[in-house]
Amino acid sequence: MEKRFVYADNAATTRVKPEVFAKMIPYFTEHYGNPSSIYSIGRDSAVAILHAREKIAQCLNCDPNEIIFTSGGSESDNAAITGIAKKRGKGHIITSKIEHHAVLHTVQALEKEGFEATYLDVDGDGIISLDALRAAIREDTILITIMYANNEIGSIQPIKQIGEIAREHKIPFHTDAVQAAGHLKIDVRAENIDMLSLSAHKFGGPKGTGVLYVKRGINPKNLILGGGQERGKRAGTENIAGIIGTAEALSLTLSHIDEVTPRVTAMRDRLIDGILKNIPYTRLNGGREHRLPGNVNISVEYIEGESLILLLDLNGICASSGSACTTGSLDPSHVLLALGLTHEVAHGSLRLTINDETTDEDIDYILEVLPKVVDRLRAMSPVWENRPDNKNK
Amino acid sequence: MYSDKVMDHFSNPRNVGEIENADGVGEVGNAKCGDIMRMYLKIDNDIITDVKFKTFGCGAAVATSSMATELIKGKSVKDALKLTNKAVIEALDGLPPVKVHCSVLAEEAVKAAVKDYYDRNGIENDIESPGCSCTSCCGDCGVEHK
Repeated sequence: MEKRFVYADNAATTRVKPEVFAKMIPYFTEHYGNPSSIYSIGRDSAVAILHAREKIAQCLNCDPNEIIFTSGGSESDNAAITGIAKKRGKGHIITSKIEHHAVLHTVQALEKEGFEATYLDVDGDGIISLDALRAAIREDTILITIMYANNEIGSIQPIKQIGEIAREHKIPFHTDAVQAAGHLKIDVRAENIDMLSLSAHKFGGPKGTGVLYVKRGINPKNLILGGGQERGKRAGTENIAGIIGTAEALSLTLSHIDEVTPRVTAMRDRLIDGILKNIPYTRLNGGREHRLPGNVNISVEYIEGESLILLLDLNGICASSGSACTTGSLDPSHVLLALGLTHEVAHGSLRLTINDETTDEDIDYILEVLPKVVDRLRAMSPVWENRPDNKNK
Repeated sequence: MYSDKVMDHFSNPRNVGEIENADGVGEVGNAKCGDIMRMYLKIDNDIITDVKFKTFGCGAAVATSSMATELIKGKSVKDALKLTNKAVIEALDGLPPVKVHCSVLAEEAVKAAVKDYYDRNGIENDIESPGCSCTSCCGDCGVEHK
């Protein structure tokens, strides 16, 4: 098979959709006015932001005044969590063991300042237990923050039920929906969500721009102080082109979601089945049922993830891994360890994340290349001979 | 970011494999840390006539193993013992700081294989662990960390 370029790391970032980019361009060179200025090109910018805000509010089913534009998912997570903590001064926060570092490190920093935290376990499918959540709630719990869908294994949490429990106890509920937005239908009202973070570059929008939805009445303290932009909730001159791009990308991707979801899910399942069938000693990390349409996460035993990624790259395939070498830390992915994987198996993880731009030919190509690459690494691996069915042992 | 030389030795590793009836075999590292190197030596009259390796690990682990075998092939056993992780790094045009550990493992693997050869032949030796100043491993690799 001829070498081709296959981008299968859409959970890391996505290509900006050409139609989104086209809508952004005029806001760099023509409509460059500061939305805070009172002359006409300033007002044009303010109106454009107003429309973008309405568009996003429609996508999430909230009020436009509940949308705050930010620099991205990490800022939104920080603003929501730190904002509630600073408002309350002290207390207890409930989160999960598989959150993105934007949430985990924020909660850990608050612990150092005297806040307390509970990190909920997940089951083998990467889902929290609602009973464990109920049991973790205390008199002084000030915030529940549980991600909508996981960035590594794609597991989708029972958000509506978590929101219900939070409402019963009158505790604000924040969800990091960075991996979910644009890929799942989100309705913040129906799902009892008080705060939600999203990031445009995960669904065909530009990098460096995101949204924090905050339900009226929640009022986290401001993270970024300065001018009165975003109704006084987030200072800084608006990233107009980014905001336009976020709104266009979200509404565009949601307009195709009913067609895209089954198509991408079918490609995902073909990829999973093909790998598990053709490569021995592989396992799917996370369950199939409550899983993002485009997420595949496989552990390939007896090899290390970084070398797998490098060899795939030499074959034109962009993917990622949760091995220690690729996480840049001492340990492999905290998400895979939370699933109960050993360090050894977690080091050999491979994440392939596809989306609507992925084709059946891309899947064929991955299924053709991957077994060869794995064979090659196993042939040079001193631990491969330890496999249980090795007859030459 | 890896240098072109690291990528070359990763994508076309030299001396991969095993030696049947090797005169010395050394294995270092730990699967929990994510890297294991095994080195095989064929020694004739104190000269390393052949060397092969098998490595489980990242790109740098494969590249440092490959480079280490190149640097000791044809050398005397004594010269092989003089191989340092710095020499491996230099020969590869540098390594990212978090990957220095891999070069130490490569040095360790050579020393462990030579030690095995000495021990099998009843040759007294005081081969020591070179120690590692890396900050990027879990500490279960068996390499002494400075």
